Amino acid sequence: MTADALPSPAGRDSAGKDPTGQVAVQLTGITKRFPGVVANSDINITVRRGTVHALVGENGAGKSTLVKTLYGMHQPEEGTITVNGSQVTFHSPADAIAVGIGMVHQHFMLADNLTVWENIVLGAEQMGSGGRLDVRGSRARIDELGRRYGLMVDSGALVETLGVGARQRVEILKVLYRGAEILILDEPTAVLVPQEVDELFGNLRELKSEGLTIIFISHKLDEVRAIADEITVIRRGTTVGTADPKTVTNRQLAEMMVGSALPVPELRESTVTQRAILQLAGVRVAGPDGREVLSDITMTIHAGEVLGIAGVEGNGQAELVDTIMGIRPLAGGSIELAGKDIGRSSTASRREAGVGFIPEDRQRQGLILEGSLWENRILGHQTRRPSSRGFLLDRSAAKADTRRIVEEFDVRTPSIFVTAASLSGGNQQKLIVGREMSEDPVLLIASHPTRGVDVGAQAAIWDQLRTARAAGLAVLLISADLEELIGMSDRLTVILRGRLTGSYDPRTVTTQQLGAAMTGAGDDHVGEVA
Amino acid sequence: MTGSRTRRILLGAAAPVGALLVAFLITSVLLLLTGSNPFDAFGAMASAFGRTRIILGTINQTAVYYLAAVAVAIGFKMNLFNIGVDGQYRLAAMLSAAVAGASFMSNLPGPLRIAITLIVAMAVGAFWAGIAALLKVTRGVSEVISTIMLNAIATFVVAYLLTPQMLAVLEGNNISTPRITDGGQVSVITFEGSTTPLFTLGILAVIVGAIYALVLSRTVFGFSIKATGLSESAAIASGISVNRMIVSAMLLSGAVAGLIGMPELLNGSAASYSLNFPTGIGFTGIAVALLGRNHPVGMVFSALLWAALDSSANALQGVGVARELVTIMQGVIVLSVVVAYEFVRRYRLVLEARDVARALAVQTPEAVAV
Repeated sequence: MTADALPSPAGRDSAGKDPTGQVAVQLTGITKRFPGVVANSDINITVRRGTVHALVGENGAGKSTLVKTLYGMHQPEEGTITVNGSQVTFHSPADAIAVGIGMVHQHFMLADNLTVWENIVLGAEQMGSGGRLDVRGSRARIDELGRRYGLMVDSGALVETLGVGARQRVEILKVLYRGAEILILDEPTAVLVPQEVDELFGNLRELKSEGLTIIFISHKLDEVRAIADEITVIRRGTTVGTADPKTVTNRQLAEMMVGSALPVPELRESTVTQRAILQLAGVRVAGPDGREVLSDITMTIHAGEVLGIAGVEGNGQAELVDTIMGIRPLAGGSIELAGKDIGRSSTASRREAGVGFIPEDRQRQGLILEGSLWENRILGHQTRRPSSRGFLLDRSAAKADTRRIVEEFDVRTPSIFVTAASLSGGNQQKLIVGREMSEDPVLLIASHPTRGVDVGAQAAIWDQLRTARAAGLAVLLISADLEELIGMSDRLTVILRGRLTGSYDPRTVTTQQLGAAMTGAGDDHVGEVA
Repeated sequence: MTGSRTRRILLGAAAPVGALLVAFLITSVLLLLTGSNPFDAFGAMASAFGRTRIILGTINQTAVYYLAAVAVAIGFKMNLFNIGVDGQYRLAAMLSAAVAGASFMSNLPGPLRIAITLIVAMAVGAFWAGIAALLKVTRGVSEVISTIMLNAIATFVVAYLLTPQMLAVLEGNNISTPRITDGGQVSVITFEGSTTPLFTLGILAVIVGAIYALVLSRTVFGFSIKATGLSESAAIASGISVNRMIVSAMLLSGAVAGLIGMPELLNGSAASYSLNFPTGIGFTGIAVALLGRNHPVGMVFSALLWAALDSSANALQGVGVARELVTIMQGVIVLSVVVAYEFVRRYRLVLEARDVARALAVQTPEAVAV
């Protein structure tokens, strides 16, 4: 949605060679069920050899599930996979690798303290005479692969010395080294800056011209249109159609992705008051290496106001949330909650003072997966009623209140005694939202509150946010979904490399403007907007 | 939910019972290979329990093993591996014995002397474990490494202190702390026809077990311990101070470790700490806690099993089998139970997810998308 901030589509004409008609991968009627949900149903995709085929869909549309099926990480209940004309069944990724499918994961899986070539051969070692590792042969092959596909990286360098783009090239080399001819790239641009995206796209075109097939997973429409030869759209677990990147518009793609019956994030009349709830002044935070990850953050959120923060992931959002929650120490500046300095308070006392927290990663920070729902109700609220009285837990009150949350927030579960792990993502999130809205919070830190949840849960969570806002709750909303940010915020700001770079009115701002500011392309005029 | 409750208990019991069967099977094969009859061997072990002495010895030993297991389990609940229970126990037993046997104690009333002994034992155990906790929270030293080292250090400290120049007295060839005089010990219950009495301080195990169960299930502190053990990141986000929990858990673990030697010291006939004092109980505690899954009741059964195996080991010699067979059995039990528990844990999660899905499918037949 950020046309001007994106790599130019130059070179789409790569070698003028039109994709040959041969089918590399064909998925027919793939259906994959998980407890409680159908993650994929009746997926049909045809990927032709020597093309870049993009799979697009919203977060939680079922892209990852599909990719895991294709890479043999789990088996579909129904449907068939055909690779190069013959039907295959994958019992593990090893089977997928054997037929030439390779996967480049979104999060790099590299050992920092090993060299590039060591990382590449790890697990696929070639043995020379006498069972010794054939160092020279392996390195020669890696260098040859790098030259052939233009994936330039020094095979002797330590991975810890490499930048993000180079690490990604190592990941791609790793897959090529194992003989892959069909590459799956899962959200490969999520961690890259625009120049690196350009470079990656150059590499991908090179690979394509050598006859390799690329399956490119993304939800960034401009990038998809820039690199793909063909687009398949996935919505709510099923393929809803294909599109030609040369003719389709972002709007058309977005409509296909979202469908038309989706809830719209919007706020009604303003409920913003003059009462400042959260005030940050000159907040600075140091990372583990001593470098500043947050610089001079100053902001105020009032009662009844939602402040949205836009930004490319990894620009300091997580650190900002951790700092407000007291999980990371301040290096400078002050944090006040309703006029009281909480900059040095413990996480527990901040929570007791009325800060609710919907964490970015609900399974890691928000839940004890092996604990029951009522135990998870206590989590984060263990020092307050109804969860406890003094040093004793109040088990019956906690259970009763869990039942209330299940009822009010429509958590679909057969009982409050099942483990949190057995619920679907949307229901886990509703439980968390319900819990964090309990005990009358004054401030809610909502980090990606609707990420990876189904449409129904998304609408319910937005509803709850609106109601709480009307009742005077101050909300800090962080989201990767620009539409959610624009629709649900009273005020918007952008975070870029640890700094807040401007303030925008969600009623007038466009996604393009936000996108430009998020990537720093709008740096020159930010001052005026603010 | 009664159906799933029954299933939970059945599944929970399946692993240890299965591990036991595997252990019997493997030891039977071993016996056959070495030319002995398994039925004779197990029969001899079983018939040992016809004697009151063996039964009483088993009960006494169960209490000691249970205390050791709780000490280990407190750490396990938080994913802390306190391997140092043995060192904590020995140092605590030695120093509390020295205090209990000290001459000034003779003038104090009996209950006070006993109370002082117990408190010193707990304090020493907690102190020794506290060193590891402090190293962990301030310097990030793994408690596994530091407690192993502290075990070795404890051995040397005890050897150093157990000399006539320091805290010990030499009686004939035997060197020990001064004998606790009358009134400083707790009386035992004797039985007709048994040289072994019933150690009344076994009650310590009952008390500690009850407190352990209550704290874990009923208190905010216990909740915080469990939460930290299950997901440290979630605990931190929930305002639980992980460092404080580490220190508290290690101190408590050490304090319980300090109690391990008390039945032997205050009920035993030697009434002193000497080189004859049992060692390695802290390590047995690890096995017992593993087998009992850190559960207050589960560990009763596993401590009882361990004690029974130990007590009946000598009977093997009657049928010409080395008593070390029992050690092999115990080893096999631990190995197989660790595997079995993980297996059952995963199976249980899958079963539950399926149940939830089935229950919800009735409510919402067309739930689609993740």
